[in-house]
Amino acid sequence: MKFLLTTGAIVRKDILLEFRTKELLVSMLLFALLILVILNFALGTGSAPAEGALPGVLWVTFTFAGVLGLNRSFLTEHESGGLHGMVLAPVDCEAIYLGKMLANFIFMGVAEAIVLPIFAVLFNFPILGRLPALLMVLALGNLGFTAVGTLLSAMAASSRMREVLLPIILFPTAIPVIVGAVNVTGRVLAGEPLAHSVPWLKLLGAYDTIFLVVAILVFGYVIEE
Amino acid sequence: MVHPTVSDQPIIAARGLRKVFGSVVALDGVNLELRPGEFLTIFGPNGAGKTTLVRVLSTLTRPSAGTLTILGVDIPKGSHAVRSQIGFISHQALLYPNLTARENLAFYGVLYGVPNLCERVTELLQQVDLAGFSDRTVKTFSHGMVQRLAIARALLHRPRILLLDEPYAGLDQHAARLLRGLLAGLRSPERAIIMTTHNIARGLELCDRMAIQVGGHIVHEAPAGGIDSTQFEELYLRFTAKG
Repeated sequence: MKFLLTTGAIVRKDILLEFRTKELLVSMLLFALLILVILNFALGTGSAPAEGALPGVLWVTFTFAGVLGLNRSFLTEHESGGLHGMVLAPVDCEAIYLGKMLANFIFMGVAEAIVLPIFAVLFNFPILGRLPALLMVLALGNLGFTAVGTLLSAMAASSRMREVLLPIILFPTAIPVIVGAVNVTGRVLAGEPLAHSVPWLKLLGAYDTIFLVVAILVFGYVIEE
Repeated sequence: MVHPTVSDQPIIAARGLRKVFGSVVALDGVNLELRPGEFLTIFGPNGAGKTTLVRVLSTLTRPSAGTLTILGVDIPKGSHAVRSQIGFISHQALLYPNLTARENLAFYGVLYGVPNLCERVTELLQQVDLAGFSDRTVKTFSHGMVQRLAIARALLHRPRILLLDEPYAGLDQHAARLLRGLLAGLRSPERAIIMTTHNIARGLELCDRMAIQVGGHIVHEAPAGGIDSTQFEELYLRFTAKG
């Protein structure tokens, strides 16, 4: 019960802080929009190569914007000393990790929910009929990306090179999730049923589980001095 | 000043405490004992290792060597068990600038499992004279107000050990006087307090024991009774000049 209360308090605190400052979502959304516009100019719309690149466009946008959010996540804690405040409390490190991870998952989800219709309009690609399957893939991809991203963000935040370090260590680590998510998204956008992507979905689910379990296990060592 | 009753059992016992950061030795064999009701002030120049000592005692930093027992529990093995009994005030207020005073205290209150949280938060805000500012974000507070709120945060769970790292740093005379009054009210027979400071006058006025730390060592420790700040300053300069 204490574990859930702690996790809930951290999520609530992060949402409240974001509601007040709007730093994270605004920067994520602006960056995502810029990427979409640039890629739209670069690839054009309606041609076969452009349509083949759409899953990649979508995940490049989500992950690049996501890194901005993840970078801010522990930076705020370090600047305010909030992480020390949480570590000093008689709470499990796992609860701190889960709270931060869930907050990041929510922020990425909100950013994606706003970016998706803009993507559909810019690339003139109808997504409404594919939305339930697409949302499922996005949720799985998000989970893996934020699970490993939250852990690495905590590691990077205590380094002097924090701003550049996170993308450098996050993208190589998250490759299995990104490859899986791009693959399933491609099939969903091509109109294939999710049943055709079961092996990739299993892979995504497996990586999500592995990243989540490993991150929970090592988070305590990462934040310890 | 009426001194609280001091028990015989040490609430904090450190033997040969050592902390190394790469090639820098921040603590080098610190021995320390503190009993309930005691107020120990640690003086020392910059880089003496005072902050590191307080952070190790708060369980925030693991010692590299030596033994540390807090409330009879071995640290760092039992850190989790004693955290509910430690209140910590550091250079950083450990508060979120974009949350209100009440929201900050409520957040930490959940983490510490404080019963009747709403009432406790209200009570503490009154105690630190911030009741009228409870719904203002911390970023609008003066440094003195932030420091008072940090004290409220540290007292939320009624800790038996209070660690104060340079609480007077950056405060003007008025704020320092307010803080002094607050700290005086924190003394109780069950609570042990350790404070680090550069400010000799402020450091001596509340403590009943004082120590001088230089180069990671406690080089002098004595009861504070009967010594005035001028005498102590001479003593301090003698030890720090050696270091």
